[in-house]
Amino acid sequence: MSMLTPAALEALDAMRHVLAILLGVMVMAAILTVVERRLLGLWQDRYGPNRVGPFGSLQVVADLIKMLFKEDWIPPFADRFLFVLAPAIAMASLLLSFMIVPFTPAWGVADLHVGILFFFAMAGISVYAVLFGGWASGNKYALLGAMRVSAQTLSYEVFMGLSLMGVVAMAGSFNMRDIVAAQQNLWFIVPQFLGFCTFLFAGVAVTHRAPFDQPEAEQELADGYHIEYSSLKFGMFFLGEYLGMLLVSMLIVTLFLGGWHGPWLPPFLWFAIKTAALLVLFILLRAALPRPRYDRVMQFGWKVCLPLTLINLLLTGAAILLIAPAGN
Amino acid sequence: MEIAFYLSGGVAVLATLGVITSLHPVHALLYLIVSLIAVAMVFFALGAPFAGVLEIIVYAGAIMVLFVFVVMMLNPGPLAKARERAWLRPRIWLGPSVLAAVLLAVLLATLWRGDPGPVVEGEMLTARAVGTTLFGPWLIVVELSAFLLLAALVTASHLGQAGSSREPDPTTAREES
Repeated sequence: MSMLTPAALEALDAMRHVLAILLGVMVMAAILTVVERRLLGLWQDRYGPNRVGPFGSLQVVADLIKMLFKEDWIPPFADRFLFVLAPAIAMASLLLSFMIVPFTPAWGVADLHVGILFFFAMAGISVYAVLFGGWASGNKYALLGAMRVSAQTLSYEVFMGLSLMGVVAMAGSFNMRDIVAAQQNLWFIVPQFLGFCTFLFAGVAVTHRAPFDQPEAEQELADGYHIEYSSLKFGMFFLGEYLGMLLVSMLIVTLFLGGWHGPWLPPFLWFAIKTAALLVLFILLRAALPRPRYDRVMQFGWKVCLPLTLINLLLTGAAILLIAPAGN
Repeated sequence: MEIAFYLSGGVAVLATLGVITSLHPVHALLYLIVSLIAVAMVFFALGAPFAGVLEIIVYAGAIMVLFVFVVMMLNPGPLAKARERAWLRPRIWLGPSVLAAVLLAVLLATLWRGDPGPVVEGEMLTARAVGTTLFGPWLIVVELSAFLLLAALVTASHLGQAGSSREPDPTTAREES
């Protein structure tokens, strides 16, 4: 067995981590679909899905079986190639972004120099999923939804990047592990509260969750860009939304809430608890807030959030220069 | 790293050929996106991940989205496809292609003759190094491009305002700001 050199064994071990993270993330996203419906039910004074399995815990399986056995229909007026490609982009770009999340000191896929920028690159590419999906469907509602998504995502990505520059300046690195290490004593949510707020808004908008879900507004657009999708292709878009939610929560935990740092409990548990709390916040936002008008969403992004992030960056830069004028 | 460089370089060339030869504008744009991502991979292979990521964020993630957006709004039908097919007849593209191929041959021959040395080094160039170079010796260029962008911003905002008297569609109005 000359193949099993130490280097190969190490690579195999890394593969095991990668597979475990990939599966874990997918399963988490699938479970989230049910958790969300149960929690929404709780907050709206009803039960939610509670029939399949104990407390509705097997609803995921029921949904999966239903989706698998539905007819996979491609409309005759659709652009077949792009229609099939779009859900794949939706899933792949989000799954690739999980690469940079450091779960614990030992667990994580890639330790990139450019860390957080990789997420922005993937977020930029994930826009195409919706754009192509909406256009290839050959449906006016889908096209309108796709147009709304692209305009909204482009606007919110502008200050999404800017809102994190304060964190990057304080940590002195784009690398996620360096950023976590810099929060050993003080979580960045305290000195970077403005950055945290704006990144949260941008995160909700980029994953187009309520209250920023105008692209898929049922009342106006009959579900927007994925109206023509059925079966597993719809499932990929649907799961992609929850993957996005999970990703943004994990990024907020890593960037603002100290990652795996915390007393007593093991690192992974801290990471999981913080992520879960943010996911519940995401769902609570959907339960509590109405959907604002589309042009108000755009105005809020450009006229409130963008100036706020610029002020935040200015103040952070000034503070860093005042405290450590020499720099390095 | 050298294999990665040549692979992504090849993908970039093929995808760019796809941009020229595809009949449908949206498919051409898709090829262009692939080509830009391949160029970003070339940067990665050359040891400049910062430049590579920026290439994806700025070109593939922002500029091309606007291109696709506009093309989708115009929504070219089968008519545009037929016209494109008419334009792609050999009589039209053969002459320029032969001339360009001769120039390419000259370029390749010159590159072959000279000693390029170890081209693909794969040495890591960090964001910090790029930043200190940009805001050190090249500061004047950064400031000048900032001027240019500001001018573009003011112009776009002015053009967006001029049409607002007749209540334009909020999506297009916001797009320009």
